[in-house]
Amino acid sequence: MLVIDVIATVLMGVGAFFMITGAVGLLRFPDFYTRLHATGKCDTLGEVLIIAGCMVYEGFSFITIKLLLLMVFIFIANPVGTHAIMKAAYLTGVKPWKKGDKRM
Amino acid sequence: MNARERAISMTITFITMFVFWLLLSAWVVYLPQPYDLLEVSKGIICALIVTLVSHELLVPRIGENVLVKTRRFIPYIFWELWQIVLANLDVAYRVIHPKMPIDPLVIEFETTLRSDFALTTLANSITLTPGTITITVEPEQGKFLVHAIAKAPADALLVDKTMQEKVAYVYMEE
Repeated sequence: MLVIDVIATVLMGVGAFFMITGAVGLLRFPDFYTRLHATGKCDTLGEVLIIAGCMVYEGFSFITIKLLLLMVFIFIANPVGTHAIMKAAYLTGVKPWKKGDKRM
Repeated sequence: MNARERAISMTITFITMFVFWLLLSAWVVYLPQPYDLLEVSKGIICALIVTLVSHELLVPRIGENVLVKTRRFIPYIFWELWQIVLANLDVAYRVIHPKMPIDPLVIEFETTLRSDFALTTLANSITLTPGTITITVEPEQGKFLVHAIAKAPADALLVDKTMQEKVAYVYMEE
């Protein structure tokens, strides 16, 4: 039981670390597109690792399968969402930040 | 769609829907012993309705070489999962580094891919792998517009073309 607790804690901790990194990136990065890089990527792995932690903690049951399906849907939906926001911004004419510009 | 294809499409949809229903409501079916056939029949009826209404959405047509493509797709998933881990470490490094080593640029390139599945897979893969996000895709020319966070990830798409080759191999569109 202790080993399972440790594995679950590590998985959830690493997941939380990536989520926090995404939030810090959202604040630090200079413009819209680079901010999407931070949130769009870190959220995928962060959420999946937290769900994996829940799976390990709960032990194998039918809930595990539900959580596994949740992971698959996050892997599909997250890039699609990022892509949709990015396309909307690009088509409405948000200018990408170049190195040397001042922060927006 | 001829009769044989319709039958295959409906069978696949029905099996998928029924298995999905079983997985999601298994505690209703298995836990009260003996099996409650009334509950199972509810699932069968629901799966049948969904199959009749929407089998053309899940399996629109029977593609060529489906088995070969599926077999080639499975190693690709594992490669992609590893790329996701690398992508997150890459972004985390750029976020935490005090000088913030970013140099964003927008790049454009063409591929040989044409089918919807292949284009969607490549667009999603680009977004999930280190330092790049797809902006737009033009399906007619297979043209991709990609926002890269620095020069190195952009070169991985423009010069190395590892990912394009992998997706083209999976969907047999080289």
